[in-house]
Amino acid sequence: MAITVETHDRLDDAARALASDQNARFHGGGTLVMRTVNEGDEPFSKLVLTRDPAYREIRSSGGSVVLGAGVTMSAILANRELSFLHPVARSVGGPAIRSAATVGGNLFAEAPYGDFTTALLALGASVEIAGSGGQSSIDDWLRDRDRNRNRLVRAVSLDRVSDDRSFRFRKISRVKPKGVSILSIAAYLPGSGSRITGARIAFGNMAEKPVRSSGAERALDGQSINEQVAEAAAAAALDGLNPVSDAIASEWYRREVAGVHLKRLLIEG
Amino acid sequence: MTKKPVQFQLNGDQKATFVDDGQNLLDVLRRGVGDLTPKFGCAQGTCGTCTVLIDGQPHMSCLTLAETVEGKSVTTTAGLENGAELHPLQKAFMEQFAAQCGYCTPGMLMAAKALLDTNPNPTREEVVEAISGNICRCTGYEAIINAILSVAGNSPQRYGVR
Amino acid sequence: MPVEFRKDIFSEERDDNLNEIGQPTQRQDALGHVTGRSPYYDDHLFDNLHHMRCKRSPHHHARIRSIDISAAERMPGVRRILLGKDVPNNLNTLLSLLDFGIDDEPLIADKKVSYIGEPVAAVIAETDRQARDAVAKIRVDWEVLPHVLDVEEAVRSDAPTVNDVYPDNVFVYHGSYDHQKLRYGDVDAAFAQADHVVEGRYQMSPIEQAPTETCGAIAAPETNDRFVCYTSTQALFFSLGTAAKLLNVQSNRLHFIGGTVGGGFGGKVDSLHEPMAILGCMVTGKPCKFMFDREEEMQVGAPRGAERWYVKDGVMNDGRIVARKFTGYFDSGAYTRLSSYAIIKCVGHLPGPYTIPNVYADVYCVFTNRTPATAMRGFGITGVDFAIEAHMDKVAETVGIDPVELRILNAYRDGDMKAHRRLAKNTALIECCQVAAEKSGWRISDQARQASSLRDGGGDRAQLPPHTVTDQNGRVEGFEGTGYAGGNKGGMPSPMEQYQTIPATPAAQPAPQPSQTAAPANRPAAQPSQPPASSVPPPPPPATSPDADQLRDRTRHSRRFSSISGLRRR
Repeated sequence: MAITVETHDRLDDAARALASDQNARFHGGGTLVMRTVNEGDEPFSKLVLTRDPAYREIRSSGGSVVLGAGVTMSAILANRELSFLHPVARSVGGPAIRSAATVGGNLFAEAPYGDFTTALLALGASVEIAGSGGQSSIDDWLRDRDRNRNRLVRAVSLDRVSDDRSFRFRKISRVKPKGVSILSIAAYLPGSGSRITGARIAFGNMAEKPVRSSGAERALDGQSINEQVAEAAAAAALDGLNPVSDAIASEWYRREVAGVHLKRLLIEG
Repeated sequence: MTKKPVQFQLNGDQKATFVDDGQNLLDVLRRGVGDLTPKFGCAQGTCGTCTVLIDGQPHMSCLTLAETVEGKSVTTTAGLENGAELHPLQKAFMEQFAAQCGYCTPGMLMAAKALLDTNPNPTREEVVEAISGNICRCTGYEAIINAILSVAGNSPQRYGVR
Repeated sequence: MPVEFRKDIFSEERDDNLNEIGQPTQRQDALGHVTGRSPYYDDHLFDNLHHMRCKRSPHHHARIRSIDISAAERMPGVRRILLGKDVPNNLNTLLSLLDFGIDDEPLIADKKVSYIGEPVAAVIAETDRQARDAVAKIRVDWEVLPHVLDVEEAVRSDAPTVNDVYPDNVFVYHGSYDHQKLRYGDVDAAFAQADHVVEGRYQMSPIEQAPTETCGAIAAPETNDRFVCYTSTQALFFSLGTAAKLLNVQSNRLHFIGGTVGGGFGGKVDSLHEPMAILGCMVTGKPCKFMFDREEEMQVGAPRGAERWYVKDGVMNDGRIVARKFTGYFDSGAYTRLSSYAIIKCVGHLPGPYTIPNVYADVYCVFTNRTPATAMRGFGITGVDFAIEAHMDKVAETVGIDPVELRILNAYRDGDMKAHRRLAKNTALIECCQVAAEKSGWRISDQARQASSLRDGGGDRAQLPPHTVTDQNGRVEGFEGTGYAGGNKGGMPSPMEQYQTIPATPAAQPAPQPSQTAAPANRPAAQPSQPPASSVPPPPPPATSPDADQLRDRTRHSRRFSSISGLRRR
């Protein structure tokens, strides 16, 4: 199928173009969509882009930060106020991927990609849809992701993490210094100095899309981290999770190592 | 198929060409304007041999929609030499056996240039990170890392930031 | 870490004052590499370059009922779609150029597919994109067949036949046996006398060479009715000969240009792209490129094949290994390619770099519904060396001897007889072990430290075993010992029939291990790709025809390579 490319100056126009054509896909940084285009016979016939600077804007006010969906991993790494997200952004690809890959694109990335979204899920971000689409929690947005494909994400907002110990992220891959992830873990542990309340533990690649581990969260809530608590969280981590088998790792392998890596993340930080 | 006109700077020269909708930059550089230095390895963004600089930032040209470079500046390995003189990175790669089959070399050079342009004195770890998106299947990484480090830490004159 | 040269070792055997050898030198291709100007095959620009993409099998094993290309032909930019019938000589085996093996693989499958990714049609279009889009419109009616993916399952009598040329799923060696044999001394007698018998099972998966430059070729019309072909091949004349055979043209009509390879590691010898690109060029009259994309390189590109090994050692209490027996299975995938040869090389290498007085090996080249395997860095040796060295550690542990000392004790020394019946020379394993132990701080005994590969070899150790036990295990019928693989395609008489050196005598008490006899009567007989040899007495070819020259060439080749010579189905 021949492809047409439409570039809009204004984000809202791009959103309308996307919404009005089921055969359209949005081109954020291109790292995912161009791969599909290069393979040919893609399941869409139109690419929609926007030049709107708002799409690439990073805004912080008070304790919260708004990342335009077109913000790249490189832009996050270049922003000192976002240091808590630097380990996450750095885990995505090499430098040449990071200067293209966007926050919005990562939301749609299918396993084994989407490590940044895993972090957003743990951080309880909210997703802002362009036009009059409103805002939804990332949990809800991910649940409906397949239906959201033609609704342009304008931005993602989240509370800034000031205490380094309360947000932890690890991407596990076989290739050093980095490769495609076997799995990634993001842990938001408010009050990790003493007792944790409202822990959010998210796994990447332990299902078709990033998922929270309610088992691990229950095991951590109201506790302070020690060997025993970490052990309990690791033991409960897989409750309700259905890891995939792919060329990177089998379901069995992912099940075997997920708890081990969660425990290390909790103990070693 | 619709053709779109695109203009951009390539290694300092103004280029104008026509691209197909959906065509990637690698294809346009190689077939459209005849710069054969960036190579095709995967068209998936996994091998890095097509790495070029767009406005100074490293990009996989295979994943770059060609028309998005309109008005931008693209740098490839063909732009490294200064007249007949090799770029210090090229010289180091050549003298220190940092190229075996040579197919990853253009991408490695561009990834290294992207690093040294912003960080002239990188640590070994930073060099490793900078080429982490580039695969050398002859597995000559040690020689490549050493060649980049031998250029880094030298005076800007030696490195010759351009 | 800088390389350390230990020139103190064997210093008297070497002249260190040479002008070039031992001196650093600038690689002649380095300047091209660092400037991006080295001319890889894809770095040649042509106007009107056409692109070829294949429709590939999604099944491990399936019969092709029909292929519908009508919708694909109507797609924009499509110039031609090639099927198996369009290939002038659509059956080949790579080593036919060395007169080794039977033609067993089509360039484009037309009857059935035997591995995922096997091509059944090739679209030639004006752009790569158009070719891809058209491939998606080709409809194949598949009859899915049972498949087999494990080497030991494939040699069972109830396994589906992967490759009709070899109905028992094993390559036939020398027209006589379903495996390659090594017999040296009497392992069973030695096992009976050994203090310990140590057994092990080892296997390794296929390994994709994964060159950064994917395999491919560009062909274009040249003057004088010739075709120029720029290719990534690692074996230029091999690819030239293969293309000439498949396309049924004189090789002097093909002008091959290669030599600049973007990583090969063995994976660029299979010569599939050159004939495809040239054929595309022949039928369109336009330059044509056929290149793997990354997914094809990984899925369809031939890897180093998987191997499985059973190793059994007879060992004395002092660590001397007195017998070693191998049963090996090479996973050739769906077709022969180079696995048959890998085994010849492998068996010549057994039992590894050790002097063992009794050695036995049965090594099977097995066909499975996996991607055909091919060359990769030391193939035939690498896999079994892994098995041997893992087994050495197991022996060391069983007998209670330091693993490095066990190796030094059993290492071959200069003048020793090897199992392939040649005297060993320039053996340096002992010195390697000593230096490795020293560098890693591994303590070994004074005796081991003082050993030398130059001393204590030869003498009795240079003698062949007084008695070697032989057998007829795995004898097969219906194959002949020699013969050019191409056979008499197109009614061409084959001169090879004059050189049938090994008469197919009835098997004498086949007691194979593992149980695998060819029983053609019980298996679906393969359709011979040519008339039975006996019915076509070879008339002497007329001396003046070009064919005759070609045939005489083949005759010479057949003689020259008769020691590893292949076979032909009767």
